[in-house]
Amino acid sequence: MFDLTGKAALVTGASGGIGAEIARSLHAQGATVGLSGTRTEPLEALAAELGERAHVLPCNLSDAEAVEALPKQATEAMGSLDILVNNAGITRDGLAMRMKDEDWDDVINVNLTSTMRLCRGVLRGMMKSRWGRIINIGSVVGVTGNPGQMNYCASKAGVIGLSKSLAQEVANRGVTVNVIAPGFIATAMTDKLNDAQKEGIMSVIPAGRMGEPSEIASAAVYLASPEAGYVTGATLHVNGGMAMY
Amino acid sequence: MSDIADRVKKIVVEHLGVEEDKVVESASFIDDLGADSLDTVELVMAFEEEFGIEIPDDAAETIQSFGDAVKFITEAS
Repeated sequence: MFDLTGKAALVTGASGGIGAEIARSLHAQGATVGLSGTRTEPLEALAAELGERAHVLPCNLSDAEAVEALPKQATEAMGSLDILVNNAGITRDGLAMRMKDEDWDDVINVNLTSTMRLCRGVLRGMMKSRWGRIINIGSVVGVTGNPGQMNYCASKAGVIGLSKSLAQEVANRGVTVNVIAPGFIATAMTDKLNDAQKEGIMSVIPAGRMGEPSEIASAAVYLASPEAGYVTGATLHVNGGMAMY
Repeated sequence: MSDIADRVKKIVVEHLGVEEDKVVESASFIDDLGADSLDTVELVMAFEEEFGIEIPDDAAETIQSFGDAVKFITEAS
């Protein structure tokens, strides 16, 4: 089950907690992985940890040209590109009344526009080979909303709409497009929260704990696998029960 | 029939799974040969590869029939 031998996967934001774990898990199932991110050092370290079948593909997702070039670079490095995981994301939090245009634009560009560009860029190869998996990482707040995150929530809601549309276009070509919507996951991003904030979060999570990056990665392994071929346009919520849809 | 027309016809026949004699000059990919809009995009991709040319999006939209494709590729290559 869930054997990814011979498949090549590109993971953006692979230097982050969730992205690195997704790359590790896909690699453990046999996939060749392309590790993308802005910071080269953690990518090199991860590639060294994984050993064979790992390629470092640095890319700044706010640079449109670099994003356009990434699918081609990944295909050249790995020989094919069968699985795309759009995981990279940024936050620029602030109340709506005080939100600056550039904070809106930065978040939309990286989280939503680069996702669209990468999806568009990988389609040719996937459609030709009649097999492909696109996994976009959304967020629970893209569905529920969250005060102080108007831009981030809009970008993640946008990712869901984008994924559903694309899923319908390419379903009969063997390409699936799905979203994983994590809840609160223990990463560097959530480490920054203070104890009172963490306590507040725990009280709304029925599971009574934050999720682990490996729990997102497991969902990604499933959606990337041949076994998930009939799942498309779906949003898989991995959030300990904090929001149910 | 020209070499280009033969190669285009071969791609169309293979991609759309239609009979060779249905692929006449006036045959519309969508109306006569059963293509959907995604098929037309894939046909253009296949033409680009076969003939080593770039077909810009605005030109691709004008390629609606087998005759259109042969004409465009003949002029482009």
